Order: sequence, then structure tokens, then C-alpha cells
Amino acid sequence: MNSTLAAVGMALTVLVTIGLAAYSSRLARTTGDFYVASRSVPAWWNASAISGEYLSAASFLGVAGLIMAGGADAVWFPVGYAVGYVLLLALVAAPLRRSGAYTLPDFCEARLRSSKVRLIASALVVLIGWLYVLPQLQGAGLALQILLDTPTWVGGLLVSITVLVVIVGGGMRSVTLVQGFQYWLKVVAIMVPVLFLLAAWRADASPSALTEAPPVFDDRTTVRIENPITVKVSDPITLEVEGAVDAVAVDGPVTWQIGEHTVAAGSTLIFPQGATVPHLSSVPQLTGVEWGQPLQSGQEHTLYRTFALMFALFLGTMGLPHVLVRFYTNPDGRAARRTALVVIGLVGLFYLAPSVYGMLGRLYSPELLLTGRTDAVVLLLPQAAVGGVAGQWLTALVAAGAAAAFLATATGLTVTVAGVLSQDIVSKRVRNPIVSFRVAAAAAVVVPLLLGLVAESLPLARAVSLAFAVAAATFSPLLLLGIWWPKLTDVGAAAGLLLGGVMATVAIGISTLIPDLTGWPGALLSQPAAWAMPAALFTMVVVSLRTAHRITPGVDRIMIRLHTPEAVGVQRTWTARGLR
Amino acid sequence: MTKPEQRPKRVVITGPRRDVRRRPSRPVTDEIDDQTRVGQVYLRSLIRAQLLLGLSTVALVVVPLIAMPLLFGFVPRVRELQVGPMPLWWVLLGILVYPAILGVGWWYVRQADRNEAQFTDLVEGR
Repeated sequence: MNSTLAAVGMALTVLVTIGLAAYSSRLARTTGDFYVASRSVPAWWNASAISGEYLSAASFLGVAGLIMAGGADAVWFPVGYAVGYVLLLALVAAPLRRSGAYTLPDFCEARLRSSKVRLIASALVVLIGWLYVLPQLQGAGLALQILLDTPTWVGGLLVSITVLVVIVGGGMRSVTLVQGFQYWLKVVAIMVPVLFLLAAWRADASPSALTEAPPVFDDRTTVRIENPITVKVSDPITLEVEGAVDAVAVDGPVTWQIGEHTVAAGSTLIFPQGATVPHLSSVPQLTGVEWGQPLQSGQEHTLYRTFALMFALFLGTMGLPHVLVRFYTNPDGRAARRTALVVIGLVGLFYLAPSVYGMLGRLYSPELLLTGRTDAVVLLLPQAAVGGVAGQWLTALVAAGAAAAFLATATGLTVTVAGVLSQDIVSKRVRNPIVSFRVAAAAAVVVPLLLGLVAESLPLARAVSLAFAVAAATFSPLLLLGIWWPKLTDVGAAAGLLLGGVMATVAIGISTLIPDLTGWPGALLSQPAAWAMPAALFTMVVVSLRTAHRITPGVDRIMIRLHTPEAVGVQRTWTARGLR
Repeated sequence: MTKPEQRPKRVVITGPRRDVRRRPSRPVTDEIDDQTRVGQVYLRSLIRAQLLLGLSTVALVVVPLIAMPLLFGFVPRVRELQVGPMPLWWVLLGILVYPAILGVGWWYVRQADRNEAQFTDLVEGR
């Protein structure tokens, strides 16, 4: 593949990002500028920035990949990512803005007047932030490897450096401008190729993806195998091999019988036209009909997994620290609601696209089901389906969009994690708040970068859903009860946060380390939000009722602040610690 | 004291003129600030209205979505339904769900603003 254009596309995104940051950093002068852009951002631009920050590598690459592999059951990923904002809008947005706190830990302290709960919340923000950044860096590694043939660590390193330059340059105000731009870049980058793809598909006599048989190679196809894989063969197949299969070096035709076969890294496989695509052993082989219908994947406890995923994504969104921090940049509670509403529209617009890539991917780049790298379908499909010069330009466009996706989310998360680290840890040693923020930013970038070198790579959208699960099991019950239930106590909140956080983290750890768990343990551990969130909520309620003597002093004043419109002239004396 | 035959002197009995110099009533904002019973009642009613609205909004979106996998999973005939060349599932969850949640969100924002405007009128209008 001619990768020059793709490289140019990505490089342009990086340069424009740094350029915008440098331009707007001239405007950032006070400490407040660094954190929340002085709350002077108009609603639609703030919404663009939130959406820009939210649409990560998981959305840009991962969703299409999961839909390609999993079909109808995977639509819950984009639907859940979007519906989360309905819950955020209806239950959290305005009161949270009115609380006047800058970050989630600030909110905990504002609501519960407890520095201990604040500390737990800070630790959770850092944990969720790192869990979320990790797949962004891995996604960048994947994209650069596929487009430019670089080693996988290069992408993550480049993203980290860019993020650091942007943040150290200008703080949140530059981030707002940059992320607003990145949203629109991402929408164009994913939508324009969709039009070309659909046109190419129609020109190809609109073949249906809903076939009676599993996907086939529509052409003689050469596949390079980068990592050692095990594939399942459902139909005897004769192919040409250069490399090693089933631990035997081969250079010539091989016939695979039904069953599992291994392929060594560095091998090249050439499949004849019309051959059924062997699938990676961990990817279920579905006929087009099965792919197009829900609950047909043959996975165990699909219904539980579906509901648990919905649970994690619907409730997790409101607990994502980097999204919430953005709501403080609205001038008041009403504006926060308007911003959330616009976000629902912007995010929904974007999510119309991934299903198209997923469907056409099964027709035009089915070899990704063999290699298991369906996360690459958005990057590879324009070349595979459209081809020619147009294909190259479209590839450059999606490459630019993908770069925007890693950068926007990684930047937003790093700002948030850095904000928390700097307020709660670094500022105790470094006097100058701006220096302390920069030191914290460096720390916030380096840890996930190092983690990325050792951690196993999951499908991107799945990896991100783990961060959602932790958020759903911790901050979501805290926010719901904190905003709507005056009787929440500091002890109750702490107990629930700790329990939910530990349960979700342990479950994720086990299911990542032992991916082959089957039956109920496998299903429950891989989707923990559905039980960890109710457990955390229940714990918060019960412990709060048991410690009723610790109800926050002056909680009525706090409720007034959270719920009365700014236009009403009541006292709202409380302000977040250390600010204003 | 007075003799019954003696007619009492006519006197004019008046109360303070309430219609002219009414004692200024306490604004509800003060009641809220002082966290009196009255203030609490007003605030609680606002919070209850907003919570009810929020939960209704969530239910309006989440209940149909939860019903989808059950409906499609257990009623095979629904699975066969198509809109043009596209299966119903993809029309609903690939496309229509996004304008639908935007519509519900818009409705919520309008209602929430209305609740707050009513509250503002109530506490500042006296």
C-alpha cells in the first residue's frame, strides 16, 4: 500500500493540533484558564469539544471492528456510548454544574465535606483515566503499524509526546479549541468515506452481507500474518503458504482439513477466490444471517452479556471523569443541559457510520476475521472497497480522523488525571500551580505508556468498556445519590466507592488474565458492571442509613445550591476547595 | 357600668388598614435561605419534580431498549421483519435510535426549564 498519503494525513492532524494549542495558549493566562477555560465557552462549541474528547479510538476504530466480528449484538456499543448522555443529561448535568466544583473529587468534597472521600475519588479518577488511555495508545500503535509498518510502540509514544506538548502549552482552553476541531475532523473523516464506500458497493451490484454462508474471499487474497495465530477451518481449503503452518515450514500449496490450524508469525497465506474465510479461533464464525440477528453468536449467556454491557455503558458515561470536567466550562446549569443535548446529537451523528464499515468489511476485507485485527477495518476498507487514487485519499482521511481520535481522548484524560494528581499530590510539594500541573501531566502520560508496553491488547471498544464498568460501579452511584438523596453520608459514599471499585477492578483483572473462563464465571467477570454497580449503590444506601449521625452538616444548603436555578436569588455560599 | 337607658356614645371601630400598609411578606428566597419548613417544602417539591422528570426521561429511553433483545431473542417472527432490504433490528438500533434519543433529550430540556421557571416565579413572584 502507498502509505505516504496516510502518513501525511496523520502528520497534518498532529501539526494542526499543536498549532491550535500554541495559538490559544497565548490566551491562557490565569490558573483558571489552565483548568477549565474560564467557563467562557459557548454551548455548541463546548459540546463539540466534549464529543471530540469522547469519540476515542474505541469509537473511531473499535466499534466498526466489533460490529464486523460480532454483528447485531455489537450495536450496543455505539448505542450505549450515546445513550449514556441521556442519563447524564437527565440526572446529572445541571446539578453537577451548579455544584461549582471543577473535578469529581471536588464534587465529593463539596457534597460530603470529607477529604477522605475526596482522596478515594482522586484515586479512582486516576485509575479510570489510565484504563481509558491505555487502549488509545494501543490503537495508535495498531494504526501506525497497519498504515506505516512501524513497531507497535511507536504510535503510543508519538501520541504521548503530542498530548504533552498540547497540555503543557496551554491547559484546558487550548484543549477546548483543539477538541472542538477534532470532533468535526472525525465526523468528516468517517462520513465522507461512507459515501464513497456505499457508492462502490452499489457499483458492485450491492452484494448482501446477510448471506446463508460465512464470509468468503471475493478475490484471490494474500494475507501477511504478523503475530502467531490459531485459526478454525470449517470447510476443507487449499491455499498457498510461504512460512510455517501447524509447526511445519512450507513453501507451496497446503490443504487444511476441518479443525484448528496454527500459523507462525511472518507467514504469507494466499487464498483462492471464493474460499470460505477461516476465522481466528477466538472470533465466532457466523453466517451473514446469524451476523445480522441478535443473540445468534453462540456465545454463552449472550442475554446477560448484552444487558450487562448496556448497564456499564449507560451508567458509566456519567462517571467518566474527563467528560464531567467539561461540564464545568458551561456558564450555568441550563447551559450544561443544552450542552449535553447537543452532545447527544453530535455523538449520534457519528455513530451512524461504524455499522456501514462493519457490514462492508465482511464483504471486502474478510481477511481481518482471519487475523483477528477487525479494529483495522476503518483504516483498510477504503483501499479494499474503493481502491485506486480515491482509495488512497480516503485512507489518508480516515488516518487523519484516527489520529484525532487518539489525540483528543488521550489529551482530555491526561488533563483530567493531571488535574487530580496536581491538586492532590504534586501541589503539596510544588508551590507554583502551573508548574505543578505540568509535572502532573508528565506523570499522567508516562504511566499508561509504560503499561502499554506490557499489557495484552484487547479489542479497543472492549478495552474501553472496562473503564466504563469501573466508572459505572463507582462514580455513577455516588453522583446519583449525592445529587438526589440528602441522606448520603461520607462513610456510606466511601464504602460504596471502595467496594464498587475493588469489585469491578478485580473482575476485570481476572477476566483479562484468564480470558478462557467459560460459563457464568466468565460472563459475570467479563461484564462486572451489572452486579458491581447495584452492590455499590446498595452499600452506599445501607451504610449511610446506619451512619445517619454523619449526614453532611448543612446538606440543605448544598441541595439548594445543586438544584435551584441561578436566576433565583438565594445564597449559594459554598465553593470548591482552594478555588474562587 | 352604664345605665341601660343611657345610649352609649357612638364610636368608630376600625382595624389597621390592611389594604394600604400590608406587612411586607417574607420572600420565599429568604425562607429557603433560612432553611425554614416553608423553604424546605418549596425546595423539596422542585427536587422531586426534577427527579421524576429525569427518571421518566431515562425510562422512556431505556425501557424500549431493554425490550429489544428480549423481543428479538424470543419472538423469531420479529427477526424476519425487514424495512426495504434492511432487517428491522438494524433500522431501529443502527439508525432510528439516535434521532429518537435526541428527541427525548430535547423534550427533557424543555420540561426541566419549565419546572425551574415555575419554581422561579413561585419564589420570586410574591
